[in-house]
Amino acid sequence: MVLIETSDASVATRNLTTAKAMVEGISQEMERDPSVFVLGEDVGSYGGIFSSTTGLLEKFGPERIMDTPISETAFMGLATGAAVEGMRPIVELMFVDFFGVCMDQIYNHMAKIHYESGGNVKVPLVVMTAVGGGYSDGAQHSQCLWGIFAHVPGLKVVIPSNPFDAKGLMISAIRDDNPVIYMFHKGIMGLPWMAKNPRSLGPVPENPYEVPIGKASVVRSGKDASIITVSLSVHHALDAAESLAQQGVDCEVIDLRSLVPLDRDAILESVAKTGRVLVVDEDYRSFGLSGEIAAVISETDPRMLRVPLRRLAIPDVPIPYSRPLEYAVLPTADRIISEIKLVMA
Amino acid sequence: MDKETRLGLYETMVLSRSFEEAILRDYHADKKPNWDIGAGLIPGEMHLSAGQEPVAAGVCAHLSADDAVTATHRPHHFAIAHGMDLKLLAAEIYGRETGLGKGRGGHMHLFDPSIHFSCSGIIAEGYPPALGQAFAFKYQGINSVVIAVTGEGAANQGAFHESLNLAALWKLPVVFIIEDNDWAISVPRDASTSIRSNAVRATGYGIRGVRIQDNSVEGVWDASRTAIEKARAGEGPSLIEVHTVRLWGHFEGDAQAYRDDLESLIDPIAAYANQLETDGILTHELVQHIAEESKNRVDEAIEFAKSSPLPSPEDVEKYVFA
Repeated sequence: MVLIETSDASVATRNLTTAKAMVEGISQEMERDPSVFVLGEDVGSYGGIFSSTTGLLEKFGPERIMDTPISETAFMGLATGAAVEGMRPIVELMFVDFFGVCMDQIYNHMAKIHYESGGNVKVPLVVMTAVGGGYSDGAQHSQCLWGIFAHVPGLKVVIPSNPFDAKGLMISAIRDDNPVIYMFHKGIMGLPWMAKNPRSLGPVPENPYEVPIGKASVVRSGKDASIITVSLSVHHALDAAESLAQQGVDCEVIDLRSLVPLDRDAILESVAKTGRVLVVDEDYRSFGLSGEIAAVISETDPRMLRVPLRRLAIPDVPIPYSRPLEYAVLPTADRIISEIKLVMA
Repeated sequence: MDKETRLGLYETMVLSRSFEEAILRDYHADKKPNWDIGAGLIPGEMHLSAGQEPVAAGVCAHLSADDAVTATHRPHHFAIAHGMDLKLLAAEIYGRETGLGKGRGGHMHLFDPSIHFSCSGIIAEGYPPALGQAFAFKYQGINSVVIAVTGEGAANQGAFHESLNLAALWKLPVVFIIEDNDWAISVPRDASTSIRSNAVRATGYGIRGVRIQDNSVEGVWDASRTAIEKARAGEGPSLIEVHTVRLWGHFEGDAQAYRDDLESLIDPIAAYANQLETDGILTHELVQHIAEESKNRVDEAIEFAKSSPLPSPEDVEKYVFA
């Protein structure tokens, strides 16, 4: 096992998109461990609707890369049963929005079996799914919903924001003995058919490596305010921080990378330093990640906050279709800048 | 069928009934005078399988510990027929640290990896994980099969239909069992299901389906032998529906005021004993002997459970993650 911190991405000699980094992680684990296999909708010859399995069918064949019927309950449960018998399935569900049709298999079965069995039965599997909006896909194809999975005991939740973490977290997720929900934002995959953040292409080491689950990353160090976020919003936060730096505001940006386990120490360390916090979350505002982070701080020592914490999250409305409406709810760089100005005021 | 097999089926059914009679006694013993579902030695919901023993005994007679069973919220007869250690089973039901799940599971959540046994409290949702076990066996080149059990109410669930299709498509070594006890809690079969036999539904997925109409343990034994051999031979899944009987309530405490068939119920164990006596296989003495043997095993298991420690509250967060 080789652990490499984010800073070590600088040693890599080539750039990959997030999608290709994920695929490389899966591919290397499949070569190493014959118990790893992939199943889901359009993961075979299509290569995954968001290119998360491109080339795997050609390399590993239909015995290990399997297209399923549109029967999410059946194939999600299949992954759980196979994991119980010693396999390490990677199961893709195309959009996180579709989990409603198979949630029982996730929150009542894969998440609980280890506990209910008193630790006698392990369920090592990875569920990977696309999240996020910004391209007018409407209310049933644009959500993040990570708060739902993080809420249920027994599921680890990882959300890479860049190619390096995408590969390292995928390898860690596959090797983990627990069910891991691996959520990738469409806007960071580097897809040729969707507007993408420039950081969706980045340096990735060729050798297998792990990014530890449950460890946040300080992606920009700063002293004035902490922006605590995850996924595509990390990039919006970095863009906002660059702009704010020119106006004399020095922001720290924390990429949580995992929601379960949550790196409370990283959050508290940053808050202790800056005393000002903006949580940016592309999931819904109420009963979710932003409230959880506020609670972590309050329960530890609310006096660390020099001003009240602010949160920029999707207001409690379904994601609208029409562009001006959708962008009225998404946490963009401009809105982050406005929020930071309020935090600094 | 040879004599030993028939006796074995009878013994399995008696052991299961004996176990559940003991659970029944302790479950109700300290819930008086004011009945409180959460009180007593055995708290919580309790779904007993009395009357349905022929299904479990007939199917599991063909299995070894290398084969898997996924059962339902009413799991005891399958657990016992598949060879679960009675002590570990009892200790789990009594919520003890020595139980199968160290008291974290309870009677609807029994997991025994030594015999590949699991169950689910959610209707029809035990079918999908069964597919995965079957997939793993096939992938690993192991000649094991999986028995996936539901009730007739579950045959109207999406998970049931998704699972039949996928198992048929991938030729997985699964035998789907439907225990049709006529009642989905209080809703009679005629009020829930558009056809008389769920075996017909197998045809819709291109697999073999049979219905056993009379709760006969030998009928189940015979049908499941064929289905299990087929699955082991790589010929894919089958469906067996057994018209069985729920002698007691959906759960203990269910007054069953909705039922009008209670007078006509036939106890399959007594009926089988009569048949075996007629055939000269059982004698009155042997019946007594088997009952005593079963009772001794059950008493030992219950004693183990009752004398085992309860889990410690400090350990409540243990086992959330591996």
